[in-house]
Amino acid sequence: MSLVREGRVWVFGDNINTDLIFSSRAFRLPHQEQHREVFSANRPGWVDKVEDGDIIVAGDNFGMGSGRPVGQLLAACGVGGVVANSVNGLCLRNCVSFGMPALSAPGVTALFEEGERARIDFAAGLIENLDRGTSIEVEGLPKLVQGLVESGGTIPMLISEGWIEAEPRLAATI
Amino acid sequence: MGDTIIEKILARASGQDRVRPGDIAVCRPDMVVQLDLLLTIEGLWHRLKKLFDPDRVALVFDHAIPAPSIKDAAGMVEGRAFAKQFGLKNFFDVGQHGICHVVIAENGLARPGELLVCPDSHTCAASAFNCAARGAGPVDTLQAMTKGVIWYPVSETVRYEFHGELPPWVSGKDVFFHIAQEWGGHSNLSMEFGGPGLANLPMTDRRTIATMCAEVSAEFAIFDYDHETEAYLSGRVDRALEPVSADPDADYRDIRRVDLSALEPYVMYPDAVPNNSAPISEFAEEVRIDQAFVGSCANGKIEDLRIAAEIVRGRRVAPGVRFIVTPGSQQVYLQAAKEGLIETLTEAGAVVTNSTCGACFGYHMGVLAPGEVCITASTRNFKGRMGSADAKVYMGAPATVAASALAGVITDPRTLSR
Repeated sequence: MSLVREGRVWVFGDNINTDLIFSSRAFRLPHQEQHREVFSANRPGWVDKVEDGDIIVAGDNFGMGSGRPVGQLLAACGVGGVVANSVNGLCLRNCVSFGMPALSAPGVTALFEEGERARIDFAAGLIENLDRGTSIEVEGLPKLVQGLVESGGTIPMLISEGWIEAEPRLAATI
Repeated sequence: MGDTIIEKILARASGQDRVRPGDIAVCRPDMVVQLDLLLTIEGLWHRLKKLFDPDRVALVFDHAIPAPSIKDAAGMVEGRAFAKQFGLKNFFDVGQHGICHVVIAENGLARPGELLVCPDSHTCAASAFNCAARGAGPVDTLQAMTKGVIWYPVSETVRYEFHGELPPWVSGKDVFFHIAQEWGGHSNLSMEFGGPGLANLPMTDRRTIATMCAEVSAEFAIFDYDHETEAYLSGRVDRALEPVSADPDADYRDIRRVDLSALEPYVMYPDAVPNNSAPISEFAEEVRIDQAFVGSCANGKIEDLRIAAEIVRGRRVAPGVRFIVTPGSQQVYLQAAKEGLIETLTEAGAVVTNSTCGACFGYHMGVLAPGEVCITASTRNFKGRMGSADAKVYMGAPATVAASALAGVITDPRTLSR
């Protein structure tokens, strides 16, 4: 998958935590319904408005908190990438391991108003506001992480190399 | 310039002479710990065909035990089959269970100088033992279990130097809140703890501080190894210890001083941890509570239960307040029973539950209703974390929580001490 993503921006503040993205209520839902809970506590109705390829722009400490696989649910919502002033290290891992690019870009919140269009080159670290013609440059993703995103994450690799079964096992429904 | 502890451990685990900030270290783990929840949540568990080393893979049931739903029960059936298939010697089923970070500590799975992988964010708990450990998430843990490979960005490190000794009724949670208040988030930074005051800081407080480092988004946390570490691990580990210390000229981003003697209890406000707390002497609001909770990987240790019991002994929990105490493991539960702590807490009107992650993550055993207020000695205060998104979660050390349970409002434990 390409490391350049273009889309409409949703702007979030500081300290957006994992539980807002993947709540414990979602733990109990069937896989295809889990993403309906994303941001339900802080932005109810967001899942109905987000469109394929949209970009999340956030403040400091995006994805702070738990080990929940937030990238999986953001991808299910159609999100094309995440850029924040700072991205929590575990959140970054839980995005790129599912093929969802995420990048720490200090100052990115000053570049966008919600609804503007962005082009993000996650490899080069170039972040452009296509509506205003402004941009910033930051350090891009490391090569190893670029490879993960390009190959769609870790799971396809573990399947193709024969380490795990192809289909996830689904626990019994309640 | 020399190397920090984390740099040395990541260098060894990745087979290199040295790693530097900005590098990606591709490491072989010394221990991988998997959990019940990853078997239960749909879409995360792919059955494994091989393990890199069954003796270095553990399975702990902790988040939802005994099973509160059919889905949880079914996940654990899968887990038992997995443990049997690969002959795991470190499998902690219901009865041997506990919160994984407590079980890891009690059973010596986190060893000085080694690298431990676990999906849960509070895996940094193991850093109290001079072990490099941080949350890895579900997918990277699958990779670590099978291929025996895990990657880490190498970050810069901030060194914290402790001085002095904690005053009465002030504990590790308060030390951590002080650090989170003074220095805020630590995204893309690791934290190293030592200094002359470390000798005065008991292992229980180190374990709380280490666990909470997830809440300031630290990459890695790590404590110096000393006699206290050696004493805790004595009899728990099955191979020679290889503790790691930093070079005297290690290259730190910053070195910061923490004067333990000057600290007091803290109260953390709801919704986030960095820069969001106050020393209790400056906390002027009267906050009425519906629930008080002592438990979790951060504060479900026997020492935490002793503090809670000492505060409530011979007193009564305030009318209308639920005081829930959750031991961190079966071993903690048994020890609390032997010491009469469960009796003391129960006589005071508290509820002592089975050991599990439970109320800390709002899944079972003490979920909050809309509009309710809780003060908790657990790990997180996020909106919706412990139940309804319309509930408020304050945080404090176990002494503060127990004192608040008695008063019905958030209370300084020093006003109740005998």
